[in-house]
Amino acid sequence: MASLAATFGRGAMTNGWVDIKNADVVLIMGSNAAENHPCGFKWAIEAKKNRNAKLVSVDPRYTRTSAVSDLYAPLRPGTDIAFLNGIIRYALTTGRFHEEYVRIHTNGPYVINEKYDFKDGLFSGFDASKGEYDKAAWQYEADPKTNAYMVDMEMKHPRCVLQLMKKHVDRYTPEMVERICGTPKDQFLKVADIVTSTGNAQKAGTIMYALGWTQHSTGVQIIRAAATLQLVLGNVGRPGGGVNALRGHSNIQGATDMAGTFEILPGYLKTPAGSLATLAEYLEKGPPTTLNKQAWTSMNYWSNYPKFMVSLLKATWGAKATKENDWGYEWLPKVDGNYSWMYIFDDMYRGTSQRAGGTEPGPEGFITFGMNPVGIGPNSSKMINALAKLKWMVVGENYEIETATFWKAPKQYGGPETSQIKTEVFQLPCSGFAEKDGTFTNSARWMQWKWKAIDPPGLAKTDQEVLARILLAVRALYQKEGGANPEPVLNLDWSYTNPYAPDLGEALKEINGKALADIHDPKDPTKVIKKKGEQLDGFGQLMDDGSTMGGNWLHSGVYGSAGNLAARRNNADPLGLGMFHEWGYSWPANRRIMYNRASADANGKPWDPTRPGIVWNGEKWVGDVPDIKPDSPPGQFGAFIMNPEGVGRLYSPLLNDGPFAEHYEAIEAPVDNLLHPKVTSNPASKKFSTNKDVYGGRDQFPIVATTYRLTEHYHYWTHHTNILNQLQPGFFIEIPEELAKEKGIANGSRARVTSARGAIEGVAMVTRRLYPLNIDGKRVWHIGFPLHWGYSGDPGHIGPLANFLTPSAMDPNTWTPEFKTFLVKLEKVEGVA
Amino acid sequence: MALQGLEIRRSSAALRGGGTGLRKMPTVAKYIDTSTCIGCKACEVACQEWNDLPLSKTEQTGSYQTQPTMSANYWNLIQFREVEAPEHGLSWLMRKDQCMHCDEPGCLEACPAPGAIVQYVNGIVDVDPERCIGCGLCETGCPFDVPRYAVGTNKMAKCTLCVDRVSVGLEPACIKACPTGCLQFGDKASLLQVAEHRVQQLKEGGFAQAAVYDPKGVGGTGVITILKFGDKPEWYGLPKDPTVPTTVSIWKRVIHPLGFVVMAAAIFGAIGHFMAFGPKKPKDISRETGGEV
Repeated sequence: MASLAATFGRGAMTNGWVDIKNADVVLIMGSNAAENHPCGFKWAIEAKKNRNAKLVSVDPRYTRTSAVSDLYAPLRPGTDIAFLNGIIRYALTTGRFHEEYVRIHTNGPYVINEKYDFKDGLFSGFDASKGEYDKAAWQYEADPKTNAYMVDMEMKHPRCVLQLMKKHVDRYTPEMVERICGTPKDQFLKVADIVTSTGNAQKAGTIMYALGWTQHSTGVQIIRAAATLQLVLGNVGRPGGGVNALRGHSNIQGATDMAGTFEILPGYLKTPAGSLATLAEYLEKGPPTTLNKQAWTSMNYWSNYPKFMVSLLKATWGAKATKENDWGYEWLPKVDGNYSWMYIFDDMYRGTSQRAGGTEPGPEGFITFGMNPVGIGPNSSKMINALAKLKWMVVGENYEIETATFWKAPKQYGGPETSQIKTEVFQLPCSGFAEKDGTFTNSARWMQWKWKAIDPPGLAKTDQEVLARILLAVRALYQKEGGANPEPVLNLDWSYTNPYAPDLGEALKEINGKALADIHDPKDPTKVIKKKGEQLDGFGQLMDDGSTMGGNWLHSGVYGSAGNLAARRNNADPLGLGMFHEWGYSWPANRRIMYNRASADANGKPWDPTRPGIVWNGEKWVGDVPDIKPDSPPGQFGAFIMNPEGVGRLYSPLLNDGPFAEHYEAIEAPVDNLLHPKVTSNPASKKFSTNKDVYGGRDQFPIVATTYRLTEHYHYWTHHTNILNQLQPGFFIEIPEELAKEKGIANGSRARVTSARGAIEGVAMVTRRLYPLNIDGKRVWHIGFPLHWGYSGDPGHIGPLANFLTPSAMDPNTWTPEFKTFLVKLEKVEGVA
Repeated sequence: MALQGLEIRRSSAALRGGGTGLRKMPTVAKYIDTSTCIGCKACEVACQEWNDLPLSKTEQTGSYQTQPTMSANYWNLIQFREVEAPEHGLSWLMRKDQCMHCDEPGCLEACPAPGAIVQYVNGIVDVDPERCIGCGLCETGCPFDVPRYAVGTNKMAKCTLCVDRVSVGLEPACIKACPTGCLQFGDKASLLQVAEHRVQQLKEGGFAQAAVYDPKGVGGTGVITILKFGDKPEWYGLPKDPTVPTTVSIWKRVIHPLGFVVMAAAIFGAIGHFMAFGPKKPKDISRETGGEV
């Protein structure tokens, strides 16, 4: 998501599930959509059946998705950037790209400062001692006279983005792609040909990806490569186009929107750093600024940041937030350093906090809801040993998960003896999704209200009730006994009708926002657009003077004067493009295709009249909800309103590991980087250094391994559900036929996989769907196994933790672990049939 | 079990059907497009749940397939096969296996128990457990290896095409559960048109041998299946030219009617018995077998 935000301005699926049916080409890569998103995958099938769309599957394994594709090509795990850059090169050298789109809707014409350089695997600005880049070396060139962006609309300037990009991808010839990825050249060219067939006004193609891209030490840059490819082909903002991030859970988009990670507040506002003592300082650093005049003026929608932030503070602290106290800004937690959960577990394991030079103690307590860190974290042994150092832990779950029972984990995981563990564990029975109301925000940003089907069983309570009761109990203790830092707890606005079990409809209203005083029309101050107490109809009505509140500006509009729009179920589709504007509510502003201004040319005419996104009718934009000021004529604003440049970024100076995507090998890789052997893996990627953070070499561990999910199961939940256990009863290891033969492993017999972190055993599934790849003359094997099992639950359906084997190596932007490429060895388990 | 609103077209061990023969209904069919099936097994779960079938104990033996074959408790099973086609490379074929609801059902022909296997006027082939005698002869009549003998209950069991749902205007449970739309349900004539269109599309997409599997040897089936490799049904676990085994046909067409003559004599005797000693026999059986006399 970090990648899409750095390219387009917002971190979410650009189009939507249903819109996939409008595509001419569907490239599925870094995703096994048929396996993991079978319902959404329907729309790829619809495109095939109704538009004769070509479905292309590029994957190390021949998967369920590959089984129904029109073209399948293999590649070695973790080499996706080489493959994608190869397609970009193919498009640019053959002219199969949408040049006019690149000119008006991307930063292709923008000139980059001469400090930018790329040499021997490193971009300029690298500080080897910190393992970090100084992004100041990657900035745009400003015109010395006007201080505006310098652009060359002919895109001929040697330092304009398009030319720099051509130079950057020039090394990725089809031959080089074959040598790095192991994809036979003719197969690569077939894929490149089909994908670039959409590099024009008439055709549109989409890319679907998921965790097969994100879970790499280069994850964000893989997605960057795909996003730039789509910009080059002119496929962003258009029906049937886009970069469609398939989220791994039904509500993970909603979780991210509501600040699921430490560095953001709701609505992707930034968590303040400790150095920013006042709101004014924070607001100065928060929103991106734009250089003035350029080819396009940017709406730079983030300039409304203060309105979003003040409304959030008002929603958080209620009447306690006043102009005099900076709307309670100082009560917000501040972060200096990395508090992603990977780092928290590292602190926990080391028993100390790195933030203060290692002298502060590590966390002593831990509350976990709807998350099973022992299962989902890499390097399970480190996770288990980390939890053993806690004084207490609270787990809110509807099953007894591995995290809650870490103290009795099987010996093989290397945890301490149970008798040595002092952690006090509280397991609170919570409720499943069918046992509570609320919204799901799907990959397509559709907020859909759901109604409780049944009450939670027995003493189980809804999550919101458990959390509310903890808060109110802690608050009562503060009131009685006092304590450190009382204001955030005491001042939190908690004015729900039932404070012990807040109604989620009320919460949604709060998220949407309401007027705290009469709101006047900025154009005509005599007109009142919202009376005090009324729900707002969208983020355009939010104010920065404390007269509005709203828990998440991005969701504003979902519960306005017309009621709960997430609960709408009208499947009318007057445009015939599957937009369904009256079904649920799609943030932002019920817009179904983001950046839809880019679906039209400079004059506002759609590139493809049969699939218009929005159209300028002479007075306003019509079609989808326009992603631009509705009455702004073509030529006034750029299509990417969240970017201060106003255009999509082929070159993005925002990420931590480079403005262009570059192929780096995984932290554990079977070969060296062919392009720059001295800088073989991502120089900015992150690793840990405890005794549990060990990494394996290719001599001892010559085989590449990948983990994944199965359609029959859902994470670590459903091995508690016997009808699904019937469909997939247990753990297995998929092994290529020839490799199995070499190792003497028969189908259905037992095999052992070992990495530098540990070893697990399971049933061998010998298959032709995996096979060796020829990597620059070297034969490289690849195996894989699913991750759904663990040691808790029905003894008939327990299994090894797949993540016992995975390394704690991370992407430098999102700190997502590298689950998709690591090294192992494989053996037959002797003495078992 | 004759369901309200559904007349019986054909019945096992009977010379004629049990209905009026006057009420016509279109023949229904299940459409399976194996080229868009992703093997997700939603149909398997839906079948289990709708039909209240008990869970089976399965184990991982080195395949994505739930269990080796269908069973008395498991009427709907996706079969997974890896095949290497010369021009197309590796294919991972997934085909949903269940009763094919033949127009000329071999099971029904082979069944000696009157009314134990019936074919409704809409083509659905169903088992009436009350009348099934558990002899297992139906298994010999089926070219698709579908009927399964349930040891515990001494009855035969198989997919009913959710006749209980269909008779009240709903689609079978498997169809409702399918996320990709590779399963469809409707009248067979219209679905054959959909199928022809899809086959044409596959042919244009490079699968010259694509075909609809609707084998004539059993009079056509109530399950029509799109195969990319239409000339290789065996790659999908389907017999190439299925027919009802000759032995079963002989039984049905020659020996069985002879049996009826014998049975008729017996029934006449029974009628004599009835006239002399009063009623004893279950009423519905007399209607179906005695009615033939």
